[in-house]
Order: sequence, then structure tokens, then C-alpha cells
Amino acid sequence: MTARAPGSRLAGWLPFAGAALLLLVVAPLVLSDFRLNLLGKFLCFAILALGLDLVWGYTGMLSLGQGVFFGLGGYAMAMYLKLEASQGELPDFMSWSGLSALPWFWKPFAHAWFAIPMAILIPGALAGAVGYLLTRSRIRGAYFSLITQALALIFTILFIGQQPYTGGTNGITNLTTLFGFSLGDPRTQKVLYLITAVTLGVTYLLLRRVTASRFGRLLIAIRDGENRVRFCGYNPVAVKALAFAVGGALAGLAGALFVPQVGIISPAMMGVVPSIEMVVWVALGGRGTLTGAVLGALLVNLAKTYLSESFPGAWTFGLGLLFVLVVVYLPDGLVGLVRRVGLMGKSGEEGLA
Amino acid sequence: MELLLLQGFNALSVGSVLLLIALGLAFTFGLMGVINMAHGEMIMAGAYVTYVLQLAFTKYLPGAKGAYFLVALPAAFLVAGLLGLLMERLLVRHLYGRPLDTLLATWGVSLMLQQAARTIFGAPNVQVVSPPWLNGGLKVLGAVLPYKRLFILALAVLCVVGISLYLTRTAGGRRIRAVMQSRPMAACMGIATSRVDALTFALGSGLAGVAGAALTLLGPVGPATGTYYIVDAFLVVILGGVGQLLGTVVAALGIGAFNVAFELGSSASIGKVLVLLAIIVFLQWKPSGLFALRTRALD
Repeated sequence: MTARAPGSRLAGWLPFAGAALLLLVVAPLVLSDFRLNLLGKFLCFAILALGLDLVWGYTGMLSLGQGVFFGLGGYAMAMYLKLEASQGELPDFMSWSGLSALPWFWKPFAHAWFAIPMAILIPGALAGAVGYLLTRSRIRGAYFSLITQALALIFTILFIGQQPYTGGTNGITNLTTLFGFSLGDPRTQKVLYLITAVTLGVTYLLLRRVTASRFGRLLIAIRDGENRVRFCGYNPVAVKALAFAVGGALAGLAGALFVPQVGIISPAMMGVVPSIEMVVWVALGGRGTLTGAVLGALLVNLAKTYLSESFPGAWTFGLGLLFVLVVVYLPDGLVGLVRRVGLMGKSGEEGLA
Repeated sequence: MELLLLQGFNALSVGSVLLLIALGLAFTFGLMGVINMAHGEMIMAGAYVTYVLQLAFTKYLPGAKGAYFLVALPAAFLVAGLLGLLMERLLVRHLYGRPLDTLLATWGVSLMLQQAARTIFGAPNVQVVSPPWLNGGLKVLGAVLPYKRLFILALAVLCVVGISLYLTRTAGGRRIRAVMQSRPMAACMGIATSRVDALTFALGSGLAGVAGAALTLLGPVGPATGTYYIVDAFLVVILGGVGQLLGTVVAALGIGAFNVAFELGSSASIGKVLVLLAIIVFLQWKPSGLFALRTRALD
């Protein structure tokens, strides 16, 4: 799946360069501010999908709790933005819920140098800890999935229940500025879009290096036969925990980039259902290929936005049906289909970006 | 004393609800290893069947409108069971041995069923009027135990006894156990394993339907009813030990007790979070649940 012919190396860069050109130059020129903002949002999802693909497609751990890590990253960022928007006062939802002083764990989030790294480190550390605990007691396969799903439920309940500290069901809203730049300004949004696009590109390239490396081989080996890897003298626990931590950190990064572009983070974005939807992106695009994850995230969200506007009911129905059909007939997703049809003549990994 | 009795009853009641929603999963997940994410929608289907029957009875048989509930329980079993049968034959059958794919595909089915419910019954929740003979409660030592809760408790007991009798004393139940324990051996003995699979899945789904009918006593029904219960149901089965009916019963009652105890000590949401955390921590210690089959198998 990841084997690459040596000669295709240079040619493999062409589609990537093309995609980069399209996203960095053509899209900002052609698309309206609204559409560009939407695309920026999808690119955040694509970053998350890359992380999920590393966890599921490469290492075989189907995480149904990826929304938690996305949410934690988003909340860390939103806490910073909220404190900036409140300008030294108590954030509005806290005073509504009867709090008189800023809780201690909110205080450090007033600083960007703390909040932004934490948006990646907290989800990464949580994912690492959960991954370590679960794989250490050899919980895997469907059990792993169901427990990560319970995690998504735990965090949703917790964030909804702790209204004074998290904003409850409404989440954190009314974010106005980032480093003093107005979030409503199209120019700020354009810069945020470009940052997201570059981050996606860098993540993609890094993960391509990782998956092609010895470590990447180890991930695939664990997916296909964990016990054999163990008997060969490797320690799958550490490797799986690390992979899960990277997936969680990427989800957190995606959340942190998502919040300033969308202006809200709420428990509805980190619960059980959105977490499964994230799996849909990767499954539809093609698990085990990085391009598939990115494509899946973009295509599903594009379809969701446009179809759910015109046919809200039919969309949910269609999504369900699509999912059933993909799982039964296209286990390797769109990338697998394209590869099977033979349109992607060379090795598939570098096909599109 | 009163408080203790009331809380004890509460724990039992929460446990019996959990048991009812998890019993069907004990079949589909516990015995067959199928991760049926549409299990919650089978519960929802049972609840909507009850709703429809209640409307029909008030309209056409106003004299006997309290009796709708007695019709609703078997009707919910049949409708949800048929849905399950359909699902097994059309979809799940093709995915045996690929548990994660089953999980994803059945989630797709659950989305479609939810949307179907939204289209037919509308997005807002509907309230089922409970039969009048279940209103009120039993006075014991100064505490009032609602009849509805007692009914659910009795129903759960009835279901567990019925299932264990079916699995141990009837030819059909023995066939199910034979196939689950050793499929090739059962096939050699002339058991039509594929038919047993379909039957088991239908039974599990039917039980979910019964749970749905019973749950209408406690609250409104909506298209998202299923998603509310699915995680709990899976945790009960995992905690109990997959394939162990006794484990499912103990796990459901245990979670019910802890739930009530934690909620007393904190708020409702924190209590729920603590319960879920406790389950995950417990699985660290016993990864295969309370009552695990000893096995030397590696994969």
C-alpha cells in the first residue's frame, strides 16, 4: 500500500505542487470571502482526518473519540480568544452563571504562548495517556472503538454540565479579535485560511515521511498482526500510544485553527455523532492512504454543505446510504476505487493532495 | 431508612432500564460479535410502535385505550425483530468477521433509520401517554415506589428469565449456543448456521424493541432516542463480559447502583462522568469484563 517506485519520486511532487498552487493561489483569488472561509474550515477537518488516518488507517485503531481531541484544541484556543474579547473583564457566560472571579485554570490561557501550544499538547497528552492505558491492557479492535466512544460521551456530558467553566451547551462564542486583528475582517480570515492551508501541506508532508519510514512500517505491521510484532521483540504499546498521541495532537491543532475561522466551539462539535462523522471522511476517501483522508474530508464536507442546504432530510439519508455502500463495496474508499479502475497509473500514494 | 429504601429502589430501577436496553446487545454483540450501532434505533422503533398503537387505540378503541400497552410490547418485539432480520439478511451477513466494518455500516443504517423517523413522525419528540393503570405507586414503609418503575423491573426480570430458559432449555436456544461456541462443528452437525445467525440477530433486535416500548413510560420519544442509549448499552455488555448473560445482569445492576451513589454525592452530570470513568478504570484491571470466558486464544 505504501510501496513506492523510486523513479516516481519526482513525478510524485507534481500533483502535490499542483494542489498547493490551487489552494494557496487560485482559491484565494477565485473564491468569495464566504466560500474561502468555508474551504478553510474543511482544510481544518482535513488536518484532523490525516491524524485519524494515521491512527485508524495505518495502525488499525478505530477511534470514535477524535471529536474530543478536536474539541479540546478548539476550547483551548477559544479560551484565549474569549479572554482577549473580554478585555480583562470576566467572560460573559461566567457572569451569567454566577461566577465572580476567573477560575484558576482559565488564567494562563490569557497568554497566546501558553494557549496555542496547549491546544496541541493537551489533546496530544490525553490521547497518549488513553492510548497507553487501553493498549497496555490489550484492549483493541471493537472494544477500543467503543471505549473511545464512551470518552466522547464523557466529555460532552462534562462540558455541557460545567456551564460556568465551559459555557455549557452554547459553548464559547462572541469571539472578536485575534492578536488585535478583527475576526470579522475578510483580510484576517484570508490570512487564517493561508495558515491553515500551509499547515495542512506541512502535516501531509510530515506524515508522508513518517508513514514511509521504519516507524510507519511498524504501524502497518501492528495493524496487520500485533502479536507477531510483539513476538519479533517490538513493544506495540509504546508505538500505538505514540501514534494515537500524534492523531490526538493533530485533531487539537485542527480544532485550534477551526475556532478563529468559525467563531464558535461547542460540545455539539466534539460529541459521539461528529466523532463518527470524522471516521466517515477517512473511510470514504480511503483509509491507509494520506491523500484519501484529505480528499474524503474535503469531499464529504463539500457535499454536506451544498446538499444539506438544499435537501436537509435527503442529505442525512444519503450520508447513511453512502456509508453503507462504501463499507460494503469500497472498503478502500475512493482512492481504492480509483486505483482499482486503473486511472492512477503509477503508485497511488502521491496521486493527489 | 426511607431514604435508603428509596435510593436502593432507584439503583435497582436504573439498573433494570440498563439491563433492558443491553439485553438485545448481549445477543447481537455478546453472542454474535456484531457491533450493531443501529441497536439504539431498534429501541427507537419499539418506542414509536408504542406511540402509534397508543394513538390508534385512543382513536378506534377509546373504551380499552389503557390496554394498548399490553399489545405494544409484543408488537414492538415483532417490528424491531423484523427490522433486525432485514438488516441481517441485507447487510450484516456480508460483513461477518469484519467487526469494525460492521460498526461503520450499521452506523450508516442508524442514520437512515433516524432520518426515516424524522420524516414520518417529525423532528420534535413525541410524548406517549402512559396507560392509566400504571400511574401511582406502591407505598412501602413510607416510601412511594412508582408502578411504572416496578413494571420495568418486572419486565426486565421476565426477559432475563425467558432468555435464559430459551437458551438452555429449547432446541432453538441450544442451536444458537452451539453456533456461537463453534461454528464449524455446529455446521458439521447439520445446523443451518446462517439461519441461526439471522434468528439470533432478529431476537436481539426484538429485545431492543421491547426495551423501547418500556422506555416510553419514562420519557418522550424522538428520532435521537437511540443515540442516547447506545453507549450505555455497549458499556454494560463489555463490562459484564462478552457472551455472558449473567455478566450483563450483574453489570447493569452494578452500573445502576454506582450511578445512583455517585449522583447523590455530586451532580447528575458529574455522577455520569464518574461512572463512565470507573468503568474504563475497571477494564484496565479486567479487560475482558466481570465474567470472562477463560481462553488461550491469542487473536
